[in-house]
Amino acid sequence: MRLVVDLNRCQGYAQCAFLAPDVFAMHGDESLLYDPQPDEEHRENVVRAVHACPVRAILLDAMNGSLSTAEARGER
Amino acid sequence: MSGDAALERLKREGRIVVVGASLAGLRAAETLREKGFSGSLTMIGDEPHEPYDRPPLSKQVLLGKATADRTALPRRLDIDAKWRLGVPAAGLDMKARRVRLADGDEVEYDRLLIATGVRARPWPKPEEGSLDGVFVLRTRDDGAALERALAAGPGRVLVIGAGFTGSEIASACRERGLAVTVAERGDAPLVGALGGVVGAVAAEMHRENGVDLRTGIMVTALEGDSSGRVRAAHLSDGTTLEAEVVVVSLGAQRNTEWLTGSGLGAGPRGIACDAGCRAFDIWGIVTDDIYVAGDVARSPHALFGYQFLSLEHWGNAVAQAETAAHNMLSESAERRPHVWVPAFWSSQFGVNIKSVGVPSMGTEIVITQGSRAERRFVGVYGYQGRVIGAVTFDQCRWLDFYEQQIEQTAPFPPPYSTVDRRPEGNRPLDADFPDPSIPTHGPTITLSGYSPADRRMKFTPAHN
Ligand SMILES: Cc1cc2nc3c(=O)[nH]c(=O)nc-3n(C[C@H](O)[C@H](O)[C@H](O)COP(=O)(O)OP(=O)(O)OC[C@H]3O[C@@H](n4cnc5c(N)ncnc54)[C@H](O)[C@@H]3O)c2cc1C
Ligand code: SF4
Repeated sequence: MRLVVDLNRCQGYAQCAFLAPDVFAMHGDESLLYDPQPDEEHRENVVRAVHACPVRAILLDAMNGSLSTAEARGER
Repeated sequence: MSGDAALERLKREGRIVVVGASLAGLRAAETLREKGFSGSLTMIGDEPHEPYDRPPLSKQVLLGKATADRTALPRRLDIDAKWRLGVPAAGLDMKARRVRLADGDEVEYDRLLIATGVRARPWPKPEEGSLDGVFVLRTRDDGAALERALAAGPGRVLVIGAGFTGSEIASACRERGLAVTVAERGDAPLVGALGGVVGAVAAEMHRENGVDLRTGIMVTALEGDSSGRVRAAHLSDGTTLEAEVVVVSLGAQRNTEWLTGSGLGAGPRGIACDAGCRAFDIWGIVTDDIYVAGDVARSPHALFGYQFLSLEHWGNAVAQAETAAHNMLSESAERRPHVWVPAFWSSQFGVNIKSVGVPSMGTEIVITQGSRAERRFVGVYGYQGRVIGAVTFDQCRWLDFYEQQIEQTAPFPPPYSTVDRRPEGNRPLDADFPDPSIPTHGPTITLSGYSPADRRMKFTPAHN
């Protein structure tokens, strides 16, 4: 599972850190640190965080981890 | 054939080639597919890796909270592309519409997107720059190597250059408990991007967090031991500093050399394009089949006096790529301008720094909210009586408001009084930017009004 947070949009509301604490964490008052490639076991929480983010700053891949393909490795 | 039919055909069976398989390249490719492009799509990238995200490299990765090989960008959809990774594009034949690859292959296109970005400016003396323990930070491999070096617990790290990346590296070192010296030629960190008033706040932040910050100083030479490992740096004040790890953080150079002689308006300042992302040739004539996006592009912006802006900003790469992709598949009347208001974030010493607009165009600054002493404030930049940019330290929720002020060319200094405006914020101060004719490595926005083909422009690092 891969994700990226648009930190221009993020306003440090910390909803994500509350809902998926293993993946998102506040660093100081409003800086956000996150794991860009969390383990699959966190998916449910991450999806919740994606929906709870008031500014919709979290982009999660739509491809369900099907990326370790020949294409992704540049073999095609 | 009517234009419409040609466009339909391009969408159905055209060939689009993207050079530069990173953030801008990937976002453009996704947008092309979203907009119904079903022809062939080729992604050419010199790095062996699929597109990954760079901002975490100087943050999460150096803090040891994510590894460099786990920053691959998420995909919004399957772009069904032919990937040519690990091989650089080496030439462009505009007439034959062909990109030549370094391995000799050639790829034909109907539309080309150039998104080759920038690379780290290396240490000017190659034999010193190649010593073991000397790093730059731009790529995933750089990030992995530097993280490994920090994890080994070096006695001292020297960071050369206190722009955003250098400051973030210093911050990560302190968080890991490492001794770190930052050498900066300017008077303060971030001074090129945010000016001296805000730079002074950044300097205090470094010092309070235990960084040995030395400003107004240049590193003149790096010295290795007999095994080729860096051991010390010589400084312009005559002192010598021992360091086991040196990170050269002197800004970036645009990846345009591969276009030399192609006839495209590409040079050391980037590739000039119109507001619709269409590249100019060397005569300033706009091409209709070559588009540019991301860090390598420089484009005119109506809000900023039609100055050409080169932005090294994540959000710009995304927005410009989407616009370029849209325009590639559109009739002229449906094309959109890229009039994104520049926006940038950084995270250092636990403080969230964000900016909008073009602070470096500002001549004055007023602190409209909070206070510098508390590291929580909004600074608004003024240029010729209007609001031109804003910066926040841990006050990001106000940024949208100031973005609107910039878009509306609101008067400066702001006539209204804001919540939480302290006495220090009642009058504008000189924003204190360094003389723009002196080259710096700092700004992540460059105003470049010159000809893109002007090769006399030369960066003159003050180290010999
Ligand atoms: C350490 C670091 C931290 C950052 N932090 C922030 C931040 O906090 N906030 C922010 O807004 N921005 C930040 N940025 C900037 C942001 O990452 C860039 O703006 C963004 O990556 C630009 O994307 P791009 O696709 O235009 O260019 P790039 O990401 O530079 O990608 C260009 C790609 O093209 C490849 N290439 C070059 N020449 C050729 C060739 N001839 N043939 C084929 N491929 C080629 C390059 O190797 C590269 O992979 C940071 C950058 C770095 C390095
Ligand atoms: S929920 Fe959204 S706005 Fe809040 S910290 Fe997370 S990403 Fe940022």
